Amino acid sequence: MRPALSREATVNAVLALLLLAIPLAASAAGQTFYVTLATRIALLALAAVGLNIALGLGGLVSFGHAAFFGLGGYAAGIMATHAFNSEPLLFGLEASTSMPVIWLVAALACGVAALPIGAVSLRTTGVYFIMITLAFAQMIYYFAISWPAYGGEDGLPIYVRNSFPGINTATPLSYFLLCYGMLILGLVLFRFLRDSRFGAALQAARQNATRLSAVGIAPFQIRLVAFVISAMITGVAGALLADLNRFVSPSMLSWHMSGELIVLIILGGKGRLFGPVAGAMLYVLFEYALGSYTERWQLFLGLILLGVVLFARGGLLGLIAGRERHG
Amino acid sequence: MADPVLEIRELRKSFGALKATDGVNLDLVPGEIHALIGPNGAGKSTLIHLISGSLAPDHGTIRFLGKDMNGLNMAARARLGLARSFQTSSLAQEFSALRNVMLAIQARQGSSLRFFRPVMRDRSLIEPSMEMLEKVDLADRAHVPAAELSHGERRQLEIAIALALGPKAFLLDEPMAGMGPEGTRSLTEFLDGLRKEAPILLVEHDMDAVFALADRISVLVYGRVIASGKVDEIRNHPEVRRAYLGESQ
Ligand SMILES: Nc1ncnc2c1ncn2[C@@H]1O[C@H](COP(=O)(O)OP(=O)(O)OP(=O)(O)O)[C@@H](O)[C@H]1O
Ligand SMILES: [Mg+2]
Repeated sequence: MRPALSREATVNAVLALLLLAIPLAASAAGQTFYVTLATRIALLALAAVGLNIALGLGGLVSFGHAAFFGLGGYAAGIMATHAFNSEPLLFGLEASTSMPVIWLVAALACGVAALPIGAVSLRTTGVYFIMITLAFAQMIYYFAISWPAYGGEDGLPIYVRNSFPGINTATPLSYFLLCYGMLILGLVLFRFLRDSRFGAALQAARQNATRLSAVGIAPFQIRLVAFVISAMITGVAGALLADLNRFVSPSMLSWHMSGELIVLIILGGKGRLFGPVAGAMLYVLFEYALGSYTERWQLFLGLILLGVVLFARGGLLGLIAGRERHG
Repeated sequence: MADPVLEIRELRKSFGALKATDGVNLDLVPGEIHALIGPNGAGKSTLIHLISGSLAPDHGTIRFLGKDMNGLNMAARARLGLARSFQTSSLAQEFSALRNVMLAIQARQGSSLRFFRPVMRDRSLIEPSMEMLEKVDLADRAHVPAAELSHGERRQLEIAIALALGPKAFLLDEPMAGMGPEGTRSLTEFLDGLRKEAPILLVEHDMDAVFALADRISVLVYGRVIASGKVDEIRNHPEVRRAYLGESQ
């Protein structure tokens, strides 16, 4: 019936290999700058994979995902700072510089934050939902700015990149590979989720919430769980990005960041498995290629975005791989 | 008569000054098809919305299987066994016919908080769903997205979804609307058999279908039940002839 490898699967494989091959080649040629660029792509893509669960599958246009991205970043920063200064965390707990522990903390912190934020925001829909998620994120942003203990407006440096068992995270290529591995893991998770019963309910909630209610599944609960999972994945990406930059600042929590994540997804193709990857590649490439010529590279990005919204609703992936079919 | 599955008492609902439901009392007993007829704007769909929980009443009670439905949302009522179809088809448009039915089977099997097993490889979802599609003659269109189905096929799909819920009562809002004479005939035959599975509250404009199917008929005009009884009583009811049947002849 179906070809062995669908067109979309082929496109996905090409994108995945491209993102892997470029830093490998760059590293071999001694061009670590490109390795860092590719790491940035992988992490923005991972953050967007998280958002894609809420936005792409659930149709929940969260304009506050920077809150979770930044929260994850601060989890890494705060843990590193405490460990560096040998200060215990709350309740005398030792801070850890082990990334798996930090990721767990980042994910849990984001889950705990997303639960009440989602529970309130999901009472509304459409533009109100967008505004409420934005408002929550802005509250966290201003809180970070005005809290001097962790750098306030100036941000928080991470003097030594946190560690991962068996990997030297200080080498650009090994850190890229670690981030790439996490991106693949995120994509696998997204795929399982999308194709599962939960994913079916979530996508039905986007297409027609009344229909979902009529069969006995309450859209609110499904959306809330999706929102929380989505925030947790974005949070882990934030922790990884803070470690890449060895720095975390309130700008990671700002609404520009939320907008950037949404733009990535729209560019790449919302709801598509590799939409965030395609979007992040395009976005960072643009930033890099045009950003060196003109400060106004975002103007061109805006034009492309306009083109996508007007003529290619499915984003880059929709353009290359055609429309999505559901069983 | 056996204990009613559904009991509606003194139900009221206003939209501003408009009394769409104005003190309605209604029962649905096991094994019956209870037809609800009335002119356009009489408040039939509003009543279906109130029973299924997509609208909240201003006053009055709805008891289903002896349980007060007050405060239960639509999903909770559906889980208790109230299945409805919509006057204007309401489907997950991007999903295939099959996946629309699978959603109902999935809901019936319990929690949707299952994250790993792919639904399209889950025979416990696919097989019963195909069976439902076969019952409404839609099996050959199983993989077509709901948005690409014809009007009549969408109506059939609505019935298949309601059926898949294995409900204790059906609320069907004009299932024949817009179906051709052939579709109407086969659906009439189908609904005739369906009453054995669960009683049906049937809103319908097609009088031939109503007279062929109904055990009882209630007539709604301006939000009030002006007459209720056996088919012959209603057919000859003077007020009904004046208020309703007269208009359509
Ligand atoms: N949400 C609403 N807000 C305001 N008025 C409404 C609303 N829903 C229905 N109405 C009004 O209530 C009245 C009853 O509408 P309803 O849809 O229940 O009628 P109906 O008997 O189903 O008619 P039809 O046979 O045309 O389907 C109509 O006058 C309608 O305009
Ligand atoms: Mg109606």
